[in-house]
Amino acid sequence: MNEFCLEMTGIEKRFPGVLALDQVSLQLSKGEVIALIGENGAGKSTLMKILGGVHQPDAGTLKINNKIAQLHSAADANRLGIGFVHQELNVLDNLDIAGNIFLGREPVKKGPLRLIDRKKLHANTRPYLKQLGLDLNPHTRMSDLSIGQQQLVEVAKALSMQARIMIMDEPTSSLSLRETRILMDVIRDLRNRGISVIYISHRLGEVKECADRVVALRDGKNAGGLEKAKITHDAMVSLMIGRDLTHDQHQTSATYVPDYFQVNDLRTKLYPEQPLSFTVAGGEVLGVAGLVGAGRSEMAQALFGVDTALSGSMTLAGKPIALNNTPAAIAAGIYLAPEDRRQTGLVVDMSVQENITLANMPAYCTRHMVNRDAERTAATKQIVAMNIKTPSPDTRVMNLSGGNQQKIVLGKWFSMTPKVMIFDEPTRGIDIGAKQEIYRHIRTLATRGVAVIMISSDMEEVLGNSDRIAVMHEGRITGTLGRSEMNEEAIMQLAVGQTTENELANGIPVS
Amino acid sequence: MTDKHPPNTAEHQANWFSRNPNETSLIVILALLVIGAGLGSLTRMRDDSLVSLFLTPENVRLMTQQLGMLGVIAIGAGIVIITGGIDLTIGALIALLGVIFFKLLTSWGSWLIDHHIPWHWSLAVLAVLITGGLFGLWHAYGITKLRMQAFIVTLCGLLSYRGIARFISSDSQVGNIDGLHETMDLTLLTVLSEGSIQRVLNHFTGNDITSGPLSFVPMSFIYLCIIAGIVGVFLHRSVYGRYLFAAGRNELAAKYSGINTHAVIGSAYVICGFCTAVSAILYAGFAGAVMPSGHGNFYELYAIAAAVLGGCNLRGGEGSVLGIVLGATILTVLQNMVQLFRNDTSLSDTIIGLILFVAVALMMKQKSFSLSKTFAKLRRTP
Repeated sequence: MNEFCLEMTGIEKRFPGVLALDQVSLQLSKGEVIALIGENGAGKSTLMKILGGVHQPDAGTLKINNKIAQLHSAADANRLGIGFVHQELNVLDNLDIAGNIFLGREPVKKGPLRLIDRKKLHANTRPYLKQLGLDLNPHTRMSDLSIGQQQLVEVAKALSMQARIMIMDEPTSSLSLRETRILMDVIRDLRNRGISVIYISHRLGEVKECADRVVALRDGKNAGGLEKAKITHDAMVSLMIGRDLTHDQHQTSATYVPDYFQVNDLRTKLYPEQPLSFTVAGGEVLGVAGLVGAGRSEMAQALFGVDTALSGSMTLAGKPIALNNTPAAIAAGIYLAPEDRRQTGLVVDMSVQENITLANMPAYCTRHMVNRDAERTAATKQIVAMNIKTPSPDTRVMNLSGGNQQKIVLGKWFSMTPKVMIFDEPTRGIDIGAKQEIYRHIRTLATRGVAVIMISSDMEEVLGNSDRIAVMHEGRITGTLGRSEMNEEAIMQLAVGQTTENELANGIPVS
Repeated sequence: MTDKHPPNTAEHQANWFSRNPNETSLIVILALLVIGAGLGSLTRMRDDSLVSLFLTPENVRLMTQQLGMLGVIAIGAGIVIITGGIDLTIGALIALLGVIFFKLLTSWGSWLIDHHIPWHWSLAVLAVLITGGLFGLWHAYGITKLRMQAFIVTLCGLLSYRGIARFISSDSQVGNIDGLHETMDLTLLTVLSEGSIQRVLNHFTGNDITSGPLSFVPMSFIYLCIIAGIVGVFLHRSVYGRYLFAAGRNELAAKYSGINTHAVIGSAYVICGFCTAVSAILYAGFAGAVMPSGHGNFYELYAIAAAVLGGCNLRGGEGSVLGIVLGATILTVLQNMVQLFRNDTSLSDTIIGLILFVAVALMMKQKSFSLSKTFAKLRRTP
């Protein structure tokens, strides 16, 4: 295949103080799916932004269909058939689906008023939704869609621009398993229709599944590639980080305390008719798998008291803990590292230090006045313990990478005494190096006797870190899988609502 | 923030000015304004001496008096803005509380206690302060428990409170401190609300000193200093202050850290109500009487302008007490300048508006060009 529909050679891009891309090359054939992998800051996004017309390269050439192309704006890129599905959603949630897909390109009625032809707008939208397996009315407001559905609408938008090259920047980071499956099918379908896809993801399982070829970047340089047959998890990781990863083996904790944390008949606002009961042992990591919308986050939020629990009870080491009372949960040692760290986990405008101490201010006070020295000592300790890469404890959190932000969330809770630690999507949008560190911290917590609940939509993550997996479907726990029963298929089956026989017989899942 | 940080990072080694670019710019703006006004108002007197009308002791005293009253409400407005909210009721509350204050001194007070013995004025002061706090509590209830937007809740307050003030006063002027003197001894009240430190001292010592530096420091300015000091310590040093900044910038994240965000945000409105009440008494004492339809008009906007000029971000989570006080000072100086230079006051708000616009626009640009950085550079190059 010498016919490349896209050829980037010797691309260089310099930002103040940093060479983001150094002589990077990339080729893409018609109908090929390549995965672009690399740690955060490796230059993937910068390279794609050059392709998307957002940034202009300082050096290097960019050929589309063997013609040198100059991309000065996103509109240029669109015109040349480059579609971009961004990692961060750029949707207007006050408009409906059709309005979003055809934003700026609305079909208009004849006449000087340029009234929007609403009928045509919605008619034009339907085929794209159908193509993506989205069974939705084009009139649906974006705010009524799940994040996963919104992501697919973005794909539909790129399709509607007749894109020949589709860039997908971490499209699955907020998708459920089912939505990820749909997206994988969509990518296969695009390839069959001769559309090329550049797929960026930290989820190596997906890369293995959909990519024809892997291209790795490291520190702004090409770090090699892998042909389809050679794509393996370990090969990709060593390309990305430039060395081999050491795998941590599970060991059963010596501090195993059965029935340490018990939840009985917890009813959340999302599924009021589905009481949840389960137990987590001290020293155990309970993975919670399921599709987005299965009520996993709502369960976590209800336990932590930030969302209303309609009824139920929980006990920690036999002692009852009040529901619907976050301060009581925190006082008891029940902590939540929430799903959306920028919105709920951190005050990103405040400093690293202030975020770490925020939940435990009274500990750093003398007579209600903040003792900054005590704060600094605690923050510095966590920065070292969690290996948070920050110029100073006073750096504002928003200036740090996702991985470091998540480590701050963990540091905030680890600086206190966790007894039950709930993680909701602990590694979403985090690069592989930091992921491994966070997995290590989760395991360390368990070995210290903490009951860990880890909600995750990342198959590999759940399978690789759990001692036991509870799978939820529409507010119910449809089954729990022990170490020996865990596999992707079993999880998927439970996640779509098929209950295993013994669970049906017992009614309540047991460990 | 104006805190003292422990040493050992680059940021801490820098001096106060470069750590507080916002306050530094405000100080520079203020200095330029004072110099400009001082020189611009130079007038040759009859005895051929050159006098700056702006810097006459009487004018400075007037400005500090006004600064005291404006500063107190600006601090209230600023705290609310730090929580990401807004309080539009200040002006209307000043009118309503002013009416209530005078009513308590006259008809209501004597009706409540005894027909013949008038109420002591200190009870009226206490009642007004509590009432101000209660109004704040009401706003807090609407905003946190009923989940209404602060703008709406306080807009409704703005509309209704002035109406109540006009209703209970039959829409006519209330109170006449000079007239009231006949029924009760209000000297101390007058002295405390609009007098200078010297007059307060005179009151207690029985002296009759009318000159000296202390006679140019009005009591309202002292109240501002006290309130600014207390609020400053609480805002920048205490746990409560930290919670206020956290809840103001990201209420959800604060809630997820176990902070009772309703209590924290609600308390800001109570403090604002209290500050408004303090200021209402001062304004009432200063004016001597309250005309409910016009008293305190637009004061909430002056307070908000001072707070925003002082670095409070309307998005919440940003601001400092020193900045707010500096903002209020600049606004006071501006108002005074406009009055000095123009006999016709019809355009005064327009001029203040334009100058504020320029000042805030300059402060926004400061992110790329910082006065303090320039100073630092100048100092480095010998």
